[in-house]
Amino acid sequence: MTSSVILALAVFGASAVEMVEALTIVLAAGISRGWRSALEGAAVAALVLAVLVAAVGVPLVHLIPLDVLRVVIGGMLLVLGLNWLRKAILRASGHKALHDEDAIYRTTVSSLSTPAGTTKSRDAVGFTVAFKGVFLEGLEVVMIVLTLGSSSRHLALAAVSAAAAVVVVGVVGTIVGRQLSEVPENAMKMVVGIMLTSFGVFWVAEGAGVRWPGSDLFLLALVGLFAATTAGAIRWMRAVLPAAVEQPR
Amino acid sequence: MNETADKRRSGVVSRSIVAFGRFWWEFLVGDTPELFVATLIVIGLAIALHRHTIVAVVVVLAAVVGCLGLSTWRGRKRLK
Repeated sequence: MTSSVILALAVFGASAVEMVEALTIVLAAGISRGWRSALEGAAVAALVLAVLVAAVGVPLVHLIPLDVLRVVIGGMLLVLGLNWLRKAILRASGHKALHDEDAIYRTTVSSLSTPAGTTKSRDAVGFTVAFKGVFLEGLEVVMIVLTLGSSSRHLALAAVSAAAAVVVVGVVGTIVGRQLSEVPENAMKMVVGIMLTSFGVFWVAEGAGVRWPGSDLFLLALVGLFAATTAGAIRWMRAVLPAAVEQPR
Repeated sequence: MNETADKRRSGVVSRSIVAFGRFWWEFLVGDTPELFVATLIVIGLAIALHRHTIVAVVVVLAAVVGCLGLSTWRGRKRLK
């Protein structure tokens, strides 16, 4: 139960972060090249990603022994989670620039702007840009859904959490329009990084035969440990090392 | 005619294999190879110590926290 809740939150958070980035590109493509092509590109990419989850995820769950799956997939989650945490610490302590959705939006719009901007007919460039944006950002979501879902045997829960994040970000993004830069992306990425790292360590060790004290409940201790480590690392880097990067806002 | 089609097909296949390999390289190694190596070490430690629960838990967690600290430190140095 505990691990299912953390799993759903981790997948939802990770998907939301990636979808904010994808939505920025779709909005830019829609405004500069026309909505029809941008939305079609985004929809086709989402469909391809869903097929990928079903095609790879279902055999993973049914054919590979659970312990092997947990070591391999826990390892992938650990690499991904540590990477997200590392970036989040560097950004929060001022040693790496924050992800700037406004800058991405401006760059994409200026690179796409042509007289065809407001046409209602199909536009190959708008379609391709929206497709690539959703597909490339979504691939990381697919990896997270597959890894978390197959290791815990909750592939459907992971897929539903990701789909819910896509819907929520899509609806909120449509309402707030270009205010996506207000989303506290680094904080979200940090929380998800903590969860992915926790799951990664938990499954690597469990797959290798280590029995965690308290079983699934130990996941909460891992989340607490990595949250404290992250907070300590940010405070330490802010105090000891002068910030090297000017933040966009 | 058939030769040209065969060549084109093998070109597509080899490009797909290279793209697939590049995706996994970027995903697992990218610009932080130390995290990939650290993960392999953590897996090795977990397998080696799995019969000693407390030792395994302490060593594995210390290794992960240590690797995160080292990699973050290395990232700060590169950005300077």
